Amino acid sequence: MADILLKTENITRTLPGDVPVTLVRGADVEIKAGEFVVVTGPSGSGKSSLLYLLGLLDHPTSGQIKIDGLSTAEMTDDELAAVRLEKIGFVFQFHFLLPEFTALENVMMPMRRLGKMTEQEMKARAAQLLTDLGLKDHMHKLPRKMSGGQCQRVAIARALANDPMLLLADEPTGNLDTAASAAVHDIFRELARTQKRAVVAVTHDMDFAGMADRRIHIVDGKIVKD
Amino acid sequence: MRLTVFIALRHLLARKRQSVVSLLGIIIGVAFFLAISSLMQGSQKDFIARLVDNSPHITISDEYRGVKKQPVEDEYPGALIELRNVKPLTETRGIRGYRRIVEGLKRQPGVRASPVLSGQAILSFAGKDVNIVLNGMVPEDIRDITTIEEHMLQGSVDDIIADRNGIAVGKALMDKMSLGMGDNITLASSTGQVRVFKIVAQFQTGRSDYDETQAFVDIKRVQALTDRSNRANTIIIKLDRAERARDFAAQLESRIGYKAVSWQEASEDITSTLVIRNIIMYSVVSAVLIVAAFGIYNIISTVVMEKHRDIAILKSMGFRAGDIKEIFVIQGALLGFAGLTAGLPLGCLLMFALMQVRFKPPGLTEEISMPLDWSLPQFVIAGAFAFFAALFASYLPARKAAEVLPVDILRGGM
Repeated sequence: MADILLKTENITRTLPGDVPVTLVRGADVEIKAGEFVVVTGPSGSGKSSLLYLLGLLDHPTSGQIKIDGLSTAEMTDDELAAVRLEKIGFVFQFHFLLPEFTALENVMMPMRRLGKMTEQEMKARAAQLLTDLGLKDHMHKLPRKMSGGQCQRVAIARALANDPMLLLADEPTGNLDTAASAAVHDIFRELARTQKRAVVAVTHDMDFAGMADRRIHIVDGKIVKD
Repeated sequence: MRLTVFIALRHLLARKRQSVVSLLGIIIGVAFFLAISSLMQGSQKDFIARLVDNSPHITISDEYRGVKKQPVEDEYPGALIELRNVKPLTETRGIRGYRRIVEGLKRQPGVRASPVLSGQAILSFAGKDVNIVLNGMVPEDIRDITTIEEHMLQGSVDDIIADRNGIAVGKALMDKMSLGMGDNITLASSTGQVRVFKIVAQFQTGRSDYDETQAFVDIKRVQALTDRSNRANTIIIKLDRAERARDFAAQLESRIGYKAVSWQEASEDITSTLVIRNIIMYSVVSAVLIVAAFGIYNIISTVVMEKHRDIAILKSMGFRAGDIKEIFVIQGALLGFAGLTAGLPLGCLLMFALMQVRFKPPGLTEEISMPLDWSLPQFVIAGAFAFFAALFASYLPARKAAEVLPVDILRGGM
């Protein structure tokens, strides 16, 4: 049986207010190495909220999240940031590249923050990641000089920069055409199968969802099908 | 290069026009701060130097600082004593044993002292009478102890040495009384004595009240005129190190009993005025930098607002709140540092330009340039104020940036 990278135990997320809004209700999820999982559901069903909880960007109101066997319940914000830096990569619907930095610098950013490699090693790894994603000739371009699909691939390279065990993607193909979407799907499947990373992607795209190993369907914050 | 510095630098370079505008604010602020504070400090130092040079460093007068104790009080210390009908002793005013005191002072290294007998006299000439202050001094000491020689228009102290009946008077007095060099004037004292003096020197200090009322003569002539033989009512002292005056005066006073007033004590009201002037000056020039700091605050606040999404991404990547704060504080620090680096040389240019402005104040025969203080503290204060103002201005938006919750931004649908 594959290793469990991420496990949630009955997590609930409720936004406080005059009328509290529950985004995620009692979710139990286990993500294993090498899995390509998609989260589907109607708009506003809590897919992205679940993803943010899995990525430790948000705190559950109740329940707990374990990553790599460690409970995150008592972790400080800085400790959670350290876990994100080393173990989790994010890809969003819009590429969210830092506009002042070239593709190469964007990819090097998490590595620089982690500070485990020399400048040359970081540069070499970032260049390799961009080459692997077909961006060899674009690595010194600023994001505004690249197409949406190219930027999204740079964002994937950046998410993979610190060799995370878990890649989380929120509507990664939402702004891409069919060809670019297919390319992103291929990349994710490749990451899961050959590199044994876990990939969790939120999507509306049923074609994209159909190509995943596992599908979690969520309605009104509750997982109705896994 | 440190990652946060690298990011901060890129943010600034990506907004060149905004960065340059806020940088200009700091540069101009630093330059004006430096130029104005140097001018004010320079004028203050010049003023104090003139004060120190033109006045005695210590003045011993024939007075006592407190009320003199009655002998019975010394006899019964702490006892309850009631003295009735105490009347002050009538005595000839003056410092007793002034020669001995002056000689003792002159023996000390770095100390110059001279006795002075000052008194009122009525000058009569061509049917006009005017009240003047006669300063009786040892003519040989006048040059050493006072700066009156520097203000001589005609004649010199040597003429008083040569002619013991000679008198040096101010130009204003001479103009007022239509006097000329070599004229004989009659001086009468309150004791009724009358003497004739010959005008052998004319001075002009630029202070009209001084030039109109003061006169210098041989001390012996004043003693004779005021009927106070072998008396001096003041001993004036100059020290090689003027800053020692306060301590030296205190020691002197405790030793000889007479009131010894240092130049610092005598000009305490002026120095307190200078302190107030400095507070006003620094408030005004600081306002320039505070306005510039608001510019930085505005720029960095705008950048933080615009960069909410990037901040969220950096945090999702694993950047800590402290890293985000550091990025924006560094932007302020970089602007502050660049501002002071360019502002200080510009301030020097301004100072140099101010030094070219020459003017002739009343009482001086030569043109002088504006007094500017080129000392290091002026540069340090201007630079440090600019740097910390920029740092503080960036800290507030930086703190806000650090508080950005990535999930709020990402959930916002961006």
